[in-house]
Amino acid sequence: MTRAVDRPVTPAAAGAAAGAAVDTAVPRSRLRPADALRTGAGSLRSRSWRAALSALGIAIGIGAAVAVLGVSASSRAALLSELGAEGNLLTVSAGQDVTGAPAPLPAAAPGMIARVPPVQTVSAVGYVPGVLVRRTAAVPAVDSGGISVLATQTSLLHTLGGTVARGTFLNPATIHYPAVVLGAVAARTLGITRVPPGTLVDLGSQYFSVVGILRPVPLAPEIDEAALVGFPVADAQLGLGGHATEIYLRAQPDQVQAVASVLPFTANPALPEGVQVSQPSQVLAARAQARSALTGLFLALGGVAVGVGGIGIANIMVISVLERRAEIGLRRALGATRRQVAVQFLTESALLSALGGLGGVLLGTAATVGYAVSTGQAVVVPPEAAVGGLGVAIAVGVVAGVYPAVRAARLPPAEALRSIA
Amino acid sequence: MTGRLKMGRPAGGPPKMGQGEVGQGEVGQLAPGQPVLELAGVTKTYPGSPPVTALAGVDLRISPGDRLAVLGPSGSGKSTLLHILGTLERPSTGVTRVGGQDVSGLSDAELSALRGHRLGFVFQQFFLLDHLDAVGNVALGLLYRGGGARERRLAAQEALERVGLGHRLRHRPGELSGGERQRVAIARAVVGDAAVVLADEPTGNLDSATGAGIIALLTALARDGTAVVVITHDAGIAAAMQRRVQMRDGRIVREQP
Repeated sequence: MTRAVDRPVTPAAAGAAAGAAVDTAVPRSRLRPADALRTGAGSLRSRSWRAALSALGIAIGIGAAVAVLGVSASSRAALLSELGAEGNLLTVSAGQDVTGAPAPLPAAAPGMIARVPPVQTVSAVGYVPGVLVRRTAAVPAVDSGGISVLATQTSLLHTLGGTVARGTFLNPATIHYPAVVLGAVAARTLGITRVPPGTLVDLGSQYFSVVGILRPVPLAPEIDEAALVGFPVADAQLGLGGHATEIYLRAQPDQVQAVASVLPFTANPALPEGVQVSQPSQVLAARAQARSALTGLFLALGGVAVGVGGIGIANIMVISVLERRAEIGLRRALGATRRQVAVQFLTESALLSALGGLGGVLLGTAATVGYAVSTGQAVVVPPEAAVGGLGVAIAVGVVAGVYPAVRAARLPPAEALRSIA
Repeated sequence: MTGRLKMGRPAGGPPKMGQGEVGQGEVGQLAPGQPVLELAGVTKTYPGSPPVTALAGVDLRISPGDRLAVLGPSGSGKSTLLHILGTLERPSTGVTRVGGQDVSGLSDAELSALRGHRLGFVFQQFFLLDHLDAVGNVALGLLYRGGGARERRLAAQEALERVGLGHRLRHRPGELSGGERQRVAIARAVVGDAAVVLADEPTGNLDSATGAGIIALLTALARDGTAVVVITHDAGIAAAMQRRVQMRDGRIVREQP
């Protein structure tokens, strides 16, 4: 049995009805993007521990990726500074003629090369053959460690961008005297770490004073294993004969290839094919490329961590939807559409993941700083790694949020409200 | 997509979705004597084996300013009735009319908008968000209307003052007593000038003195022309209402004016 329940409208009610009549339409439900963000952030703040823990997976993954990219970028930056940033160092060395016989560089080669306009600095070294380098003459020849003697000019260090670890480099005075500067490896081989006055080494049965030790020169590793003396003293005491065997030069960065192409003719017009021109920076760049294969592996591992983090976020969001059925029902009662409920949970998921991404970028940056500082490199965090990391995190958050958001949106409002009652 | 959605459509015409503008019979535009909320021949059956019939044919008309109590034992269909009145659920058969407008053809989004603009809800468990203060919770009542955050908070503040909580604006639910929490919930239900406030056991979690205060507040609302529907077990609360309907087994068995 049912019956209609009808009542006359009271004057007050009629007045209210007339008032209501002014408002003739119901606008669509609307949720401003700023409100969606605020709502999502508020929900996360109210469960901050859980949010932090569930964002941790993403943070670790993004952190690993940023750290790997940052460390390799820092290494690359260090390498680039070794290369002189522009990679404009060229070497000219004596090769062989068509018959395979040695083709020594003409004595005039350094001067000729210096006259090529884009060439900025030139330094020649001359290999002094057959001279053993030992601490004393008492050391057997077989134990001399294979240190070569190179005659050099005072400008060598400037051209190579090398630095002195101990003492000083050769100067216009000491190139005339039996003074020697040791490359980093040569000094280690000889067991010389400091250069107090009176430090002597035996070069071809003559004692030379050690005036300095160089830091490693990555662009010219042959210098590391050499004992450097001045050309005049090499000529006078070691019988070099003034010949340069290798010439280092720096060209204007945009003219490197052009200079390289004219170097054989400039260095040895009579026998250009007997001149070897190389660009050490290319060798180092290739080595840096090889190192990046390992970077790829670590990036992949970071990706796996991010993926697992995303699953963690999806998981925690599903739990959140189950726990917050009443809130979902309430919001639907307050006028939220299904889509707005979905947007809220998607926003939360994306925010959560973005938070993890931000934490990861900070973590990765900190790791990069730690590594770079400990190895004495400049700190470089590639902006694309930071922005990319954040972007990936947000994307993962959105993807992870889709399923929970759809579940939340599909929850019938009455059922959502009833579940708690 | 039109920015504003007209809920109504020509009387008697078939539902036409996506129709931007409609002339007559719009929600909220009431002819004198027209109920603000109306159920006609409503049944609700939940699938299952055997199916559960929660409502077995209910007719109910609620006019502006009505104060209606729905009484009945557990399982008599009171909550389902409230959900259908609140468009939170669609009836299996029969018609729900809001402002004279049959809402069965409305999409979910349109129903949501209708709830947001025309209907207010008060629940036994209050359903306040713990991380928001009183103003924030009341402002939720306006969140899905797209207004600015400042305006929402101002309106919320006014609504809280109206329910006597002007001194508790920045308190969070955890810092409020049960009665105060329910007042916040009532403020949230009325902040958007709802035409009907639907309250499901609003005093169920409160002591009787506090509950009486809540009922007084709800009946005071009705004087402003807002219709109030209260579901309750409590005959004392029902006595404070102008109309009382008794439910049993999914039917209205008696109405006492």
